[in-house]
Amino acid sequence: MTDTVQPAPAAEAPVETPPAKAPHPARALLKDAGLWALLTFALMTPVVGFKTVARGNRYEFDNNMDVVLGFTVLVFLGRILLNLTIWSKPKTATARAASGSVFDSPTAVRLKQFIRPLLILIALSYPFLAIWTSGGMVTGRYWVDLGILVMTYVLLGWGLNIVVGLAGLLDLGYVAFYAVGAYSFALLTMNFGMSFWMCLPLAGIFAAFFGVVLGFPVLRLRGDYLAIVTLAFGEIIRLVLINWREFTGGASGINQIPRPSFFGLEFVNGPGGFADFFGLAFSPVHRLIFFYYVILALAFIVLIVTIRLRRLPIGRAWEAMREDEIACRSLGISIVNTKLTAFALGAMFGGFAGTVFAARQGYISPSDFTFIQSALIVAIVVLGGLGSNLGVVFSALVLIGGVEMLRNLTFIKELFGDGFDPVQYRMLIFGLVMVVIMVWKPRGLISSRTPTIFLKEKKTVTSDMISEGHG
Amino acid sequence: MEYFLQQLINGLALGSIYGLIAIGYTMVYGIIGMINFAHGDIFMISTMISLVILVALFSIGITSVPVVLLIILIAAVALTALYGWTVERMAYRPLRGSFRLAPLISAIGMSIVLQNYAQNAQGADKKAFTSLIPGGIEFFKEAKFSVWLQYSQIALFVMTALVLIVFTFVVTKTPLGRAQRACEQDIKMASLLGINVDRTISLTFVMGASLAAVAGLMHLLYYGSTDFYAGFVVGIKAFTAAVLGGIGSLPGAVLGGLTIGLIEVFFAGYVSVDYKDVAAFSILAIVLIFLPTGLLGRPEVEKV
Repeated sequence: MTDTVQPAPAAEAPVETPPAKAPHPARALLKDAGLWALLTFALMTPVVGFKTVARGNRYEFDNNMDVVLGFTVLVFLGRILLNLTIWSKPKTATARAASGSVFDSPTAVRLKQFIRPLLILIALSYPFLAIWTSGGMVTGRYWVDLGILVMTYVLLGWGLNIVVGLAGLLDLGYVAFYAVGAYSFALLTMNFGMSFWMCLPLAGIFAAFFGVVLGFPVLRLRGDYLAIVTLAFGEIIRLVLINWREFTGGASGINQIPRPSFFGLEFVNGPGGFADFFGLAFSPVHRLIFFYYVILALAFIVLIVTIRLRRLPIGRAWEAMREDEIACRSLGISIVNTKLTAFALGAMFGGFAGTVFAARQGYISPSDFTFIQSALIVAIVVLGGLGSNLGVVFSALVLIGGVEMLRNLTFIKELFGDGFDPVQYRMLIFGLVMVVIMVWKPRGLISSRTPTIFLKEKKTVTSDMISEGHG
Repeated sequence: MEYFLQQLINGLALGSIYGLIAIGYTMVYGIIGMINFAHGDIFMISTMISLVILVALFSIGITSVPVVLLIILIAAVALTALYGWTVERMAYRPLRGSFRLAPLISAIGMSIVLQNYAQNAQGADKKAFTSLIPGGIEFFKEAKFSVWLQYSQIALFVMTALVLIVFTFVVTKTPLGRAQRACEQDIKMASLLGINVDRTISLTFVMGASLAAVAGLMHLLYYGSTDFYAGFVVGIKAFTAAVLGGIGSLPGAVLGGLTIGLIEVFFAGYVSVDYKDVAAFSILAIVLIFLPTGLLGRPEVEKV
């Protein structure tokens, strides 16, 4: 059971065949690869090989057996290759413990000191860098948009990190608070004409209130049960948003949400607008750059709050509760307060992100707040390494930015022909990345933690020493 | 009264499907203490496999309904079981003994993979067709509202009962069942006593997947439609059923499934169709909060 933490490729996991017992290494290799190829063939033939298409009043098949055969060959060769290279190394517990994470080696730790300021610098100058390197406002627009998208998920990830990473409460319905923030802003500004800056704190408060409402009944639940109840809560919010048509606009959502202004200056073409006031040529990208900085500022607030809170009694109580709830309770820490503050704070930051999302889109509907979104945010937090703020940044870059980059891979199109669209396989690849990273690094990309309390010197805690907790 | 009876029959039919899927959740949770998030999607894959085999059989001219059903049942169960085994092998086994959230995240990833795999392979449209077993028995013909017991519902009830009997026998009387119960009590001890834990867990996934395949075929026959997203909501409701019945308990899973099916159908019939899923999810929350051990589950004793 312990010798199975090995990297798995996209299609399968290793079979442990001890080489000493095998009659002939080459034969064992071929047998193993052949079996997996056969398995691939058997699995894919009924689902992929024959696509059912309704023509007239009956179903017919589109034959896709070439794809199945292609994958079968790929798996066969892939397994031989992987068995000869990566999996051929002896895997002992000590060897694995010694190897650790690429991010945990001494050089990486030294590098990390430079990574933080560098990342902050890049984050601060990103819109201008993007416009400058892509050559102009029009082409830069896409990159600024992508920056906003990634920053939104960083903000959401940091918010959820308080709940999952620090307090150890697995929340699979985080998107509910995102939705509450977005709808609060949309409804307040549409019905009462309140401005973005007035709605932002209100939306945060509403979301925090929902966090407490959710937190109260689930105080006694732990682990998987907590996860599934929060998932149900997220789905309930979404279903209510769909079905309460008079209030939320139903499945078609709310559109034409007014855009925020820059201290009273609207982002419009003509006199009195933002561009006119500063003597710039009008460009719709100005608004996007403004949004980028709003969300960046919010993200920094969340980051600073999180870092400071970890050193306050409440932050210490969160981490203590994550490690052992019973010990925590017997030491006189109020579990009720600790859990509720975690839920409320995490929810508030989710609400902020939702407000910015609604303001930027100008259009929201319940389909923006599905379970997949929650799973995405949880994946960002867990894949980054629980409790690590830097890890959230990396995994948001990989999962959101990297997967978005698939759109730009035109050479794939040339390889597979024009009908092949990598965007179509975005979520499929996303799911595979989730599985592969988990199998490869169950503790996430950055698995070490910096302790908040230390004696004399600050030692990095490696993942092996972090206790399980009751999550 | 007639309306009530009709809803009762429909509720029991829906509940049987939930119950069959819930067994897969309950067995896996009982042994490795993990929510197999991809189980609902395994169910969805089985409906796709059944559909493809159905179309294939019709296109080569085999149209005798009992023969078709028998072939689909055997082939779909075998292929879905293979899917269950592969998912466990790829996504869960490497993470055994790892920290608690890892298998859950990997399971969510697997669920996303299966959904998009099916969407890309079979298209995003809803696959609907006319029922293979049409007709039924009509009661209360003279009343305003006659009650229908469809033949497909009868097939569903018979199938569920049959499968339950077989599985109860496997779990209580065979060496495999003994190994499973041993693993459920204490995995480490079981492995010390010479039980092949990996094999037992693999077989548990295979059993769960084959039950999901039976449920998938029945779902396809009864509702006559499927799509790539069909597994998610059904999966969560089946998990609710497993929890309601008491996780780890086979009869509990079926009892929970029937209860959830009845509640859903009656809520849709008497209160509101729009909010029937809200009702199901609320029950999940309420049961977990107030009755965490479920109807037939054993209370969990926590030692410090």
